[in-house]
Amino acid sequence: MTFTANPPKAIPEKRQITTKPRVSDKIFRGVLTVMSMSSLLILTLIGLFLSLRGFQAFQTQGIGFITKVDWTAGVDGSPDTFGLGAMIIGTLIISATALFVGVPLSVLTALFLTFYAPERLKRALVTLVDLMASFPSILFGLWGFIVLMPMAEYWAQLIHKYLGWIPIFGMPSPAYTRSPFIAGLVLAIMIIPIVTSVSREIFNQTPLDRIQAAYALGATRWAMIKAVVLPFGASGVVGGAMLGLGRALGETVAVYSVLNIVFKVNFQVLYGFGGNIASMIVGKWGEASLTESKALLAAGFVLFVMTLVVNLLANFIVRRTVKTGK
Amino acid sequence: MTTFASTNSVKPTKPWKVTKRQLIPNFSLLIAAAIATYLVVALTPMKGKLAYVLLFFIFGTGFQAALSWSKRGKSAAVDTLAASIMMTGGMLVFLPVVSLLYTTVVKGFKGLRPQIFTHTMESTSYSDPLTSGGLLHAIIGTLFLIAIATVISLPLSILTALYLTEIKGKASGFIQFLVQAMSGVPSVVAGIFIYAALLLTTNLRGSTIIGALPLAILMIPTVTRTAQEVLLLVPNELREAGLALGATQWKTVATIVVPAARNGLITAVILGVARIAGETAPLLFTLGTSDKINWNIFSGGQNALPYYVWSGLRDGTEGGLQRAWTGILVLLMLVLTLFVSARIFGSRKVK
Repeated sequence: MTFTANPPKAIPEKRQITTKPRVSDKIFRGVLTVMSMSSLLILTLIGLFLSLRGFQAFQTQGIGFITKVDWTAGVDGSPDTFGLGAMIIGTLIISATALFVGVPLSVLTALFLTFYAPERLKRALVTLVDLMASFPSILFGLWGFIVLMPMAEYWAQLIHKYLGWIPIFGMPSPAYTRSPFIAGLVLAIMIIPIVTSVSREIFNQTPLDRIQAAYALGATRWAMIKAVVLPFGASGVVGGAMLGLGRALGETVAVYSVLNIVFKVNFQVLYGFGGNIASMIVGKWGEASLTESKALLAAGFVLFVMTLVVNLLANFIVRRTVKTGK
Repeated sequence: MTTFASTNSVKPTKPWKVTKRQLIPNFSLLIAAAIATYLVVALTPMKGKLAYVLLFFIFGTGFQAALSWSKRGKSAAVDTLAASIMMTGGMLVFLPVVSLLYTTVVKGFKGLRPQIFTHTMESTSYSDPLTSGGLLHAIIGTLFLIAIATVISLPLSILTALYLTEIKGKASGFIQFLVQAMSGVPSVVAGIFIYAALLLTTNLRGSTIIGALPLAILMIPTVTRTAQEVLLLVPNELREAGLALGATQWKTVATIVVPAARNGLITAVILGVARIAGETAPLLFTLGTSDKINWNIFSGGQNALPYYVWSGLRDGTEGGLQRAWTGILVLLMLVLTLFVSARIFGSRKVK
């Protein structure tokens, strides 16, 4: 490499030093700020459009839209009754089943992956869990319908046989197919990846010194987990479970494929009918009149608000746990 | 076999390592548990596969716990019990994954023939035998949807991520909060939102571009969150070096930060695409439908792989279900390809 002599012709003028951003930066910052507001815009629009278009239903039904349990479109001018109650109850029952089955399994898996599994197995299993999270929901629906259903019916019969005296496991007449229990099982499998990965993240944050202190005091592995990890991670696991709940509340296709959707209140999880808001919207959509469509949009608004609240609460809990470790 | 170490070089031993001899009681316990299970099933009214599995689990863990109790006392027994329960719980979770993959491959493979990649459902109904019809139109539709949704959501999400990591303005916390809120929006809500906003009161009908809008909404939070994580990994020294050389912030971000995080940003996009590729619910409201290839993205219905699977499932006949399984196999292959490529890009380090 050669250096060409290039003597300065004149001493350059002293540059002005300023902290004011230049024009290009101003534009840059402006564009980023505006774009970052897109999420605000979209969320506002979702809330606005669904509530505005569904306003008619809220107006005519009042609070009954949420509390009533009857959904009939009026025929020939007779008044409609749109009460979402049965589907709200159905949504909660299915999601509760999913949490009841899915969360303990996920926590066990997370503990196993964090503290028990050998490194190689751990890597393979973590990949599998991530993979599971990327499966399309219609796959779960199809699989639940074809593969899980026959097995789950048998389990349901066993549960009814031995625990039938508990009211929720009751059965007016034997109909085990397409029950909320089976839909709940499918949802349980669907929420396992998210609950597991959040729990694992939290368990991984357990301070090492506390773990070592427990071992130094002679604790077995389980005693250490019970004394250190679980108290540390409990609220994080609750947050993870709520993220799972958020997912379970809004699940549509998988529930629709598995569940026998009937618009009635059904507290008996093993009995073969039920519904949730999301699958009801899909189910009723096809033959809905304009008025009923608007009521379905209002139902969507209710679902939107429910999931929003659950998710924000969950994120709040998880972030607090990750930050402060309490 | 024992090896005799010479006197001057001591071979390191691993006293904590489990020897084969120590494994003997464990194995014999498992065999004992199997025998006990068999006896109970044979002698009592408990029958069926479930009984075998449950009893074997109970006997297996029980015996192991009893062994450690006799050796090291109560707390060791509890520890053993907890370990077996966790291992079983961990393994139980992976049964569905294996079953899902296995069923999809076995059932879907039957319908997988070359002709499905060259034909559409134009003159075939779902219940027809598999020798006619195919899902070419659905594949093309899905690719269209992915492309449009990516084009819409990519600038929004990457720029939002840049705002969160580079500007860190006053609204950062609030935007973060909104992105999290958005990631919880159920897919069906995104679908009916687009329906309520664009289709309900206008003359518009469902089309490819309208079908892609809810997918873009679902994609934004995934891409934003991943991109944000990746941008945070870019060392601050790079930014400072850029600024110290006299570059404006815009130049620094465009020529240093973004190229440094390139692979991670690609991963973010791939993860976003994987998130939406299999979405069915929003398409039911916004896509219209089509049995043949539709190259016009602005008008006319479209089809997509998840929609095709859905139609097959709704059809319910043997042919329809077979088509659904084949469709889901093709969809799953697409998702798996995305997953693997995200892994490959993600594993490369930030330069």
